[in-house]
Amino acid sequence: MVRLSSPQELEKYRDQILSKRKPNQPLITVCGGTGCHASGCHAVVDAFRSVLQEKAKGNGIGLRVTGCHGFCERGPLVIIHPQKVFYQKVKPEDVPTIFQDTVLKGKVIESLLYEHPVTGEKVVSEEEVPFYQKQKRMILGNNGSIDPTQIEDYLAVGGYRALAKALFSMKPEEIIREVKKANLRGRGGGGFPAGLKWEQCRNAPDEIKYLICNADEGDPGAYMDRSLLEGNPHSVLEGMIIGAFAIGSHEGYIFVRHEYPLALENVGLGIQRARELGLLGKNILGSGFDFDIKISRGGGAFVAGESTALMATIEGNVGEPRAKHIHTVVSGLYDKPTNLNNVETWANVPVIINEGADWFGRIGTEGSKGTKIFSLVGKVNNTGLVEVPMGITLREIVYDIGGGIPEGKRFKAVQTGGPSGGCIPDSMIDLPVDFDRLTEVGSMMGSGGMIVMDEATCMVDVAKYFMNFLKDESCGKCTSCREGTKRMHEVLTEISEGRGKPEHITLLEELGWVTTEASLCALGGTASNPVLSTIKYFRQEYEEHILNKRCPAKVCRALLHYRILPDLCTSCGRCAKACPENAITGVQKKKKEKGEPFVIAQEKCIQCGMCFETCKFDAVEVQ
Amino acid sequence: MTHSEIETIIERYGNKESAILAILQDVQAKEKYLPKEALEHIGEKLGIPINKIYRIATFYRAFSLMPRGKHEVCVCLGTACHVRGAQRIVDQIKIELGIRPGETTKDRNFTLETVNCLGVCAAGPVLAIDGEYFGKMSSAKVDGTLKKFRSDKKKEGANGKA
Repeated sequence: MVRLSSPQELEKYRDQILSKRKPNQPLITVCGGTGCHASGCHAVVDAFRSVLQEKAKGNGIGLRVTGCHGFCERGPLVIIHPQKVFYQKVKPEDVPTIFQDTVLKGKVIESLLYEHPVTGEKVVSEEEVPFYQKQKRMILGNNGSIDPTQIEDYLAVGGYRALAKALFSMKPEEIIREVKKANLRGRGGGGFPAGLKWEQCRNAPDEIKYLICNADEGDPGAYMDRSLLEGNPHSVLEGMIIGAFAIGSHEGYIFVRHEYPLALENVGLGIQRARELGLLGKNILGSGFDFDIKISRGGGAFVAGESTALMATIEGNVGEPRAKHIHTVVSGLYDKPTNLNNVETWANVPVIINEGADWFGRIGTEGSKGTKIFSLVGKVNNTGLVEVPMGITLREIVYDIGGGIPEGKRFKAVQTGGPSGGCIPDSMIDLPVDFDRLTEVGSMMGSGGMIVMDEATCMVDVAKYFMNFLKDESCGKCTSCREGTKRMHEVLTEISEGRGKPEHITLLEELGWVTTEASLCALGGTASNPVLSTIKYFRQEYEEHILNKRCPAKVCRALLHYRILPDLCTSCGRCAKACPENAITGVQKKKKEKGEPFVIAQEKCIQCGMCFETCKFDAVEVQ
Repeated sequence: MTHSEIETIIERYGNKESAILAILQDVQAKEKYLPKEALEHIGEKLGIPINKIYRIATFYRAFSLMPRGKHEVCVCLGTACHVRGAQRIVDQIKIELGIRPGETTKDRNFTLETVNCLGVCAAGPVLAIDGEYFGKMSSAKVDGTLKKFRSDKKKEGANGKA
């Protein structure tokens, strides 16, 4: 087993790895990210394995299962090297043809290529896909080219070079100065300057200091940290080790939520391999610096992603936040100075050390430097993970990268910042996206969830959704948060079920204000954002629910009426079969006899919408 | 779960009180719930009062104090899934299986759970059965997806209608 004990040995080892690589030999890479898993990449990988086993044993054709490419909408994704042919929506039955035609003969299969949505032209390489063109993938970029379980793959793309540079040619203070100069702000939501945090932790008077990577990605609708840990765990580990050296910490934790089993596995494997190579543990690369990392699993509580609650969880207590009169950089985990940053923040560190603060500072806006990864999801054509320079407009993200709204529907809003964030209406679509501008309009960056909503999304329902989430996830310590979220949810339920009163809007605003002002941690402090921002920008929609008992987006079930249009009904009877309440009757058509249109008995209807979904002739109308 | 199995888990974490969460997770992973006797034994071994263990076990969503079904059906209710109609999926499963979230079918074959986000947002609405993901769900697809996990005799006409 190799153990690297100097930067020279690291470079030598890297050269060895590179010399064994043959860039001109065929290599098949299949995206193994969770999004592709959901669309069946497992079966595609298995199919490639068996084809290679059968027909190409020993002739050097490689197969690599990589991390998430980001374009989850089109998964499973397959790239054939060296030509870099980009195939999307690949099915196991396509595999033999891909192997015969593309891998062996270099012929491109048209039907598997991505079609440009505007020009209709077929696109051969990944870079030409419009989804990728406005992105700047300096953090996510390597995901598609490395196998996350192989540290050699990370080394082959220059991995751990920043660590060697930090350990051997920089002083801890210089590293901190560089990170401060780059103005790296925390990617987990708060946007606090990382360099300043490191400095405060370094200066805290205690021998023992802890370092934590927060991978408790609890914001619903955000999954970039998952993809980084699953797809490129070493970039996070490298960032942490550099941070530990700068701060003077020898013990670190990665706190991963238990819903991410693959991330746990890959990061666990990464830690083990880094230790074996001497990149983690005692005397890292022969520098005399010791640092090791433990993994801690979350228990499925959203509030445990808050720094003090997270530390309580690691200590084996219930994850309740505490007041931060004394900051965690002075007294955190086990009452020791503790520096906590999230996954994406750590992954930015090696880039800053390698490229320098000046280079990093050229990307982004005045107050927000670098890139940010967003999970672009919801009612948008190209869902997936996008990494963009700070300052890009919402329009560019939604339309140029996201390809607009499906089915020609009208764009309505973007929700950012998770349950603590807010909804940004279509009138602000040209807003440049950075930490400060998002806060100005009543939302926040959060961890980077970007949920696109169209005309069929009801804003009262969205507010109710978040309140339901927050009332469940509030730890209950502060009355204002515990009761405030509950009462707001009750009022929103009343409104969405047709019992709303005109005074409810004022009541929501008051409840929101109290919850914001009187709660201890950020969960309570921002809990009313979804309600207040939707009232601010979509008051009319609330009024429509309250005064006219109508849900314009046709979402709030209690306010809907389903009706079968006799002119369009073909009497096929599918709706009646699907109806769980047996509320639909009619005479089904038979071979020779014409049927009679079906009718919904309104008193039996539970507004489940099954008839609407099953009808193939658009004969079911919702009002 | 035998006492010695529990002790093996406790020892894996160096008999430390601070590892209580990890210990409970391992028990949960093996038994799919936290049996009362197991909690009592852990408390005795680590010197943690049972009320503190109970507090932890009920605080985190990852734990269950009730026995679970053979298959766990987990519907994602993350924001991205929600705006694409995840609630309808839950409603449909409720009808198909006759249970509400958190409950287990009488034959102990299915437990229905909802989760705040599975992190598979691009493929929403998402359903996970025993950790296997099913993306782009619709209420019409529910029956077909559940089918292969049903106990044998219920494979057809399972929703009570032939």
